[in-house]
Amino acid sequence: MNRIVRDIAIGVLVVAVLAAVPHLIPSKAFQDFVIRCSSMALFATSLNLLVGYTGLSSFGHGLFFGLGTYSFALLMQKTGISLPVAFIATLLITTVTAIAVGAICIRLRLIYFAFVTLAMQMLMHSVIISWVGLTGGDQGLQGGIPRRVVAGIDLGNQYNLYIFAAVVLVIGLLMMRHIVNTSFGTSLRMIRDNETRAAFLGIVVWRVKLTVFVLSAVFASVGGIVMSLFVSGAYPELINWPISGDAIFAIVMGGVGSFLGPTVGTMILLLLNDVVTRQTEYYGLALGIIILAFALGLRRGLLDFITERLGGRPAGGIS
Amino acid sequence: MLQITNLTKRFGGVAATNDVTLNFAANSLTAIIGPNGAGKSTFFNLISGALKPDSGKIVFKNEDITGLDRAAIVRRGIGRAFQVASFFPSMTVAENLQAAIAAHRGQWADLNHRFPRQGVRERALEVAEMLGLQDSADVLSANLSHGDQKLLDIALALALEPSLLLLDEPTAGMGPEERWKMIEKVQRLWQMQNLTLVFIEHDMDIVFGIASSIRVLCYGRVLAEGTPDEIRANPAVIEAYLGTPDAEDDE
Repeated sequence: MNRIVRDIAIGVLVVAVLAAVPHLIPSKAFQDFVIRCSSMALFATSLNLLVGYTGLSSFGHGLFFGLGTYSFALLMQKTGISLPVAFIATLLITTVTAIAVGAICIRLRLIYFAFVTLAMQMLMHSVIISWVGLTGGDQGLQGGIPRRVVAGIDLGNQYNLYIFAAVVLVIGLLMMRHIVNTSFGTSLRMIRDNETRAAFLGIVVWRVKLTVFVLSAVFASVGGIVMSLFVSGAYPELINWPISGDAIFAIVMGGVGSFLGPTVGTMILLLLNDVVTRQTEYYGLALGIIILAFALGLRRGLLDFITERLGGRPAGGIS
Repeated sequence: MLQITNLTKRFGGVAATNDVTLNFAANSLTAIIGPNGAGKSTFFNLISGALKPDSGKIVFKNEDITGLDRAAIVRRGIGRAFQVASFFPSMTVAENLQAAIAAHRGQWADLNHRFPRQGVRERALEVAEMLGLQDSADVLSANLSHGDQKLLDIALALALEPSLLLLDEPTAGMGPEERWKMIEKVQRLWQMQNLTLVFIEHDMDIVFGIASSIRVLCYGRVLAEGTPDEIRANPAVIEAYLGTPDAEDDE
C-alpha cells in the first residue's frame, strides 16, 4: 500500500514541477518536447509490457498507436461526440481490434509472433493509405481536431495540452506499474522465464498473453490520442512500421528490465532526434551508432545499467 | 488413484507408449524404470497433459481426465517436476514459490491486488522448508546449485498441494552422495505429505531401496509390474534390463 502512495506522490510531484516550468522558462520547444515524450513514452512502456515483462517481441505495436490517432481524429472530425466520449470510444475500438489481432498472434512464438504482428501493422497501414475518402490517404487526416474545450479547459492551447499530456502520462504509467506489480504481472514474468513451467503450475497461458496484449494495445492507443491532439489530426507515418521501431529503440536504450526504462529511452530518442537532425542529415546513421553503443557498450539499457551498478536486480526482477 | 487403460501415443510410426495399462494405488511410492527410449517421459507427458494420447483412457480419482489440458490437470491435483530442473530463473526461491502458490490459489489473473497477496509469502517459506530450501529463500534461483534447483522444481510442484506427484529423474546429474540426500528428502516428503508419488529413476540402488512398487517399461510397453522383490526375480526384466545379478546382489 505504501508503495502505491509513494508512486502517486512522485507522479503528482512530476506534474507539479512540469506545470511550474513554463512560468520560469517560457519555451514552446520544451512544451512540444514533453507532449511528444508523453505520447511516445506511453507507447514504448506499453510495448515493454509485452517485450520486457512477457517476453513477447512485437514488431507491430505501432498498429495500436496509429489506430489510436486515426480513430480519435476520425471520431472527432466525422461525428459530433465530445472529446471524452471519443477518448473512451477510441479505447473500445482498440480493445476490439486487439482481441482480434491478439487471438491470431499469441498462438505464435518468437520470430513468428514478431513477424505476424508486423504484418498486421502493414496491413492496417495499407488500408489507411488506400482508403483515401475516409483517411486522406498519404496526405493524412487534415482539418484539425474540433471541440477541444473540455470542462472549460481548451486543449487547443499549448500549455493546457502540455499539462494534459503530462497528467495522462503519469496516470498511464501508474496504471501500468500497478499491473506489473499484481499477481497477473507475476504471471507475465513466469511466462517469459519458463512458459512450460507456468502452464504446469495451472496458469492458462493464452489467457494471460491475450490479456496483456489487449492491455498494452490500449495504453499504446492512449499515446496515439495524445499524438493526435498534438498534430491536430492523423498521418500515415504514425501508423507505419518505423514507429514500432522507434518504440523498440526507446526500450533498448532505456532498459527492458526497469519499469521507467522505456520512458528514459523515449527521452533519449527524442533528444537525439531533435539535436542530431539540427546538425546533420544523417540522422539514421547517428542513431544507429548510438544504439550500437548501448547494445555493445553497456550491453543493456541505460536504466538497467544504472540499477545494476547500484547493486540492484533489474532484469525483470520483482520490484 | 490413477488408472491408465490401453494408453497409446505414436510419433510417426513409433509407438512411444504402446497399449499401456497400469494402476497406481493411493499413497504408493512407485518407481518407473526401463532402458533409454522406453517411453517413460512420454508416459509422464501423457498423464500431465503435455501430450494428448492417440487412444486409451486416463482416470484420476474416478474422473476421466484423458485429453484435458495442462492447467486443468494441475487443478485436479497432479503436480510434476522435470528431468531438467524447471523454474523461473529471474526470481528468487521465495518468489518462485510465491508465484506457484498464487497460481494455485487462482490469483494468476488477478489485476487488482499487489503480488504477493496475504499469506502467500508465509506459505512459500513453509514449502521451502519442506525441502530444506529455507536458507536460500532470498537467493536468485539462477544462482542455486544444481541439486537445489532440482529441489526447487519439486517444491514448485509441491506448492500446488498435489495428491499425485510425478518426478522425472529427481537425481539426474547428481553425484552419489547428493543423490541419496535428494532421495531421503523425497522419501520424507512422501511420508509426511500424504502423497501418491511416481518417479522415474535409473539408479537401481535407489529404486530397490525406496520404492514400494515398480513398473518396468520397455519399447513403450509394460514389461513387468510388482513389488521390488517380484521385479528382481522376474526373468523378462533380468533379460531385458537388469542383467544377471552379480555376487553382491545376493538374493
